[in-house]
Amino acid sequence: MKKQSWYMLLLLVVLSVFLVACNSSDEGTDSNEGTEDTDTTTDEGSEGTTDEGATGGVLVYGRGGDTVALDPAIVTDGESFRVTENVYDTLLTFGEQDTTVQPSLAKEWTVSEDGLTYTFMLEEGVTFHDGTTFNADAVVQNFERWAAGSAEQFYYYNSMFMSEGESVIASVEAQDDTTVVFTLTRPQAPFLKNIAMSPFAIASPAAFDQLEDNPVGTGPFKFVEWKRNDSITLEKNTAFWKDGLPKLDRVIFRAIPDNSARLNALTTGEIDIADGINPSDATSIQSNSELQLIERPSMNIGYLGLTNNRAPFDDVKVRQAVNHAIDKQTIIDAFFQGYAEPAVNPMPSTISGYNEEITGYEYDPEKAKALLAEAGYNGEEFELWAMPVPRPYMPDGQKVAEAIQKNLEDVGMKAKIVTYEWATYLEKAKNGEADAFLLGWTGDNGDADNFLYTLLDKDNIGSNNYAYYSSDEAHTLLVQAQSEVDEDKRNELYKQAQVIIHEDAPWVPLAHSTPLIAAKSTVQDYLPHPTGSEALTNVSVK
Amino acid sequence: MLQYIGKRLLHLIPVLLGMTFIVFMIIRLIPGDPAQVILGQQATAEAIAALNEKLGLNEPWYIQYFNYLGGLLTLDLGESLRTGVEISKEVWPYLAATMELGLFAMFLAVLIGMNAGIISAWFQNSFFDYAAMIIALIGVSMPIFWLGLMEQWIFSIELGWLPTSGREDVRDPVSPITHLYLIDTLLNGRFDQFITVVKHLILPGFALATIPMAIIARMTRSSMLEVMRSDYIRTARAKGQKMSIVIYKHALKNALIPVLTIIGLQTGMLLGGAILTETIFSWPGIGRYIYEAIGFRDYPVIQSGILIVAFMFIMINLLVDIVYTLVDKRIKYD
Repeated sequence: MKKQSWYMLLLLVVLSVFLVACNSSDEGTDSNEGTEDTDTTTDEGSEGTTDEGATGGVLVYGRGGDTVALDPAIVTDGESFRVTENVYDTLLTFGEQDTTVQPSLAKEWTVSEDGLTYTFMLEEGVTFHDGTTFNADAVVQNFERWAAGSAEQFYYYNSMFMSEGESVIASVEAQDDTTVVFTLTRPQAPFLKNIAMSPFAIASPAAFDQLEDNPVGTGPFKFVEWKRNDSITLEKNTAFWKDGLPKLDRVIFRAIPDNSARLNALTTGEIDIADGINPSDATSIQSNSELQLIERPSMNIGYLGLTNNRAPFDDVKVRQAVNHAIDKQTIIDAFFQGYAEPAVNPMPSTISGYNEEITGYEYDPEKAKALLAEAGYNGEEFELWAMPVPRPYMPDGQKVAEAIQKNLEDVGMKAKIVTYEWATYLEKAKNGEADAFLLGWTGDNGDADNFLYTLLDKDNIGSNNYAYYSSDEAHTLLVQAQSEVDEDKRNELYKQAQVIIHEDAPWVPLAHSTPLIAAKSTVQDYLPHPTGSEALTNVSVK
Repeated sequence: MLQYIGKRLLHLIPVLLGMTFIVFMIIRLIPGDPAQVILGQQATAEAIAALNEKLGLNEPWYIQYFNYLGGLLTLDLGESLRTGVEISKEVWPYLAATMELGLFAMFLAVLIGMNAGIISAWFQNSFFDYAAMIIALIGVSMPIFWLGLMEQWIFSIELGWLPTSGREDVRDPVSPITHLYLIDTLLNGRFDQFITVVKHLILPGFALATIPMAIIARMTRSSMLEVMRSDYIRTARAKGQKMSIVIYKHALKNALIPVLTIIGLQTGMLLGGAILTETIFSWPGIGRYIYEAIGFRDYPVIQSGILIVAFMFIMINLLVDIVYTLVDKRIKYD
């Protein structure tokens, strides 16, 4: 008897839970409407007193992964910068949708003739979220903190401002409360661009030891809460130093790992913006009147690396033949749905120093066959590595690899497609174990150095020069360009380097893709930045 | 009984020890350098070497292993290589999320699966029996990622009844106390949020429940069929007892033992984290925590995460063994 009553009790509990759940599905929407109502009333209230856009509502930003840490100085991943851009400010910043240098916490700056002294005049009356004052001392303390740390702790500081164990920055001094003077040990052409990068955000010195999970900056939004692997909530900084901004009351970043599930969440309105849209979903988004498709300006390169010290790609003629054999336009139409431009050089044309005169290897299988014959290629099979994960510069590595395989087969080259789990893939490719491999790169600061030197200089073999391309000629030019302060002369050096790289053909540059984002049609003034992270200061939700 | 539990707990030690060793070795056999993954594609060789040194990854494997074991003895689960946070500090919210979802799914699976099995057995070879068992067969073989996306499409997008993903309405977040949101919302006195949390549980709960539900239904049916053929049931029926009493009082009790075993094993598996369900429904649970750690070669998280899951698996099965004695008084552990 006892057992039976237990069972009945259980059934009763279940039934009541279900009934409650069913009942409240109406109640639930009611209460939702209730909160929306209060939102709109505050909307109206504030609209009555101030200009439009003073209250912009709540925005939920859906993305593929969670943040690693909230201290931009110690991280390297885009999903961390995406949040920290909204909490902190940098001394300088980039243009809304380009990488021109613009004032931020530093309202003006001067550079000495020799390019060794930079003087920054700071904004006045700026306070950190913890109430402490932002001033020249705070800037000095931030740079001192990074300089005192080790290479693995402050990765970007060391890669941008250290070279061969020597610091580019000799000293950072506060001349007075609002003036900071940087003295360099040698001229660094992209110095201002580097200073504008997300990792060099100014944090409150009083909060240095807790930035990782409780960031304190001067930015448009204040940190509220982080539920790991789930959501990060920021709220409006009412004391923000730019008047009337930000427009949004709250921003919530939500991690939704599956691309289709993220789009589903956008369709139901659980999120307002969905990052990382598959190009194949673009048409269905455009045909939905409640959604808008937003293109992130392209600053990337997807390429097929040909490991230069492995047969058959140790022969420049074979590498050129592969360049002629691959039909880039067809690949772009099929797998990027047209949201990409065929690549000619190893960097996109928007970056200054791009060589327009190079026309690229045209698609010509006959020429490829002739070059292969000249090289004496014996038809031996090689491995073609396909990326296992989608990346903005390569939405579907597997399919692109299959298309390339077919192109190569047409000219008599036998490629076997292999793939590895992502971390393994990178590790093995870096060790030079791949014959030919798909990979790509998204620029950090819009500087030619960040593409050409980083990806193809012989100094970077064993790190980002996965193709093991080694050219002394190119090296001389690229190193010279690093400290050339004259913009025109510097661009000329990069143009020459691109000619050499083009001749040597270490890669097949495939495409500069346009990463796609979808948003509710109610989202206004969202301008995605080519670097992949942007402050949502001007965004509002109607 | 206590002696038995004590003995079982002692058995835990060699099992867990062996497991730490196997996991430790396997994850070090996969190629891929954690320092490289942490620092990203951008990293230089020097930075990687320096980070390896700092993380102690340049030590021989046996030193690393004994360091790890030494930590475990003092209940130190290690530190995540990627986030630098102590695992013992950050693991609970993930575990709580998985427990909430897993127990909810198991609740559905037991409730629906057992009843379907009982009814199928009772009306053997009826239409209901065939239908239920065909559905169960489909349930066992249904890929979860497909089922999950279908659920989202039907119940969220087309019908608009339920949210597609997550644990809560992020616009009106739950303030965590225990990190079990069903409890937290009630502790906070927010009944509206409790409903929202239940709604968020339904789709992933059903997706996760399908397979155990189907297995439990089939197991209950066959176990019940066997018991129903026994003499004492015939006697009970001959006495003219009510059907419900025959089934629930006499038959179920004896049919329950194999079903309980299955329930225990399945619960253990669900609590091990359902990576696919957690990914599709963006559920911040322990399965995704460990899975993502594999991608990042976050060795301590993988090791300690699997250790925790294994520990729970063993504990649940111990619990099931104890429940046996409650269900069937003839079972005694001495």
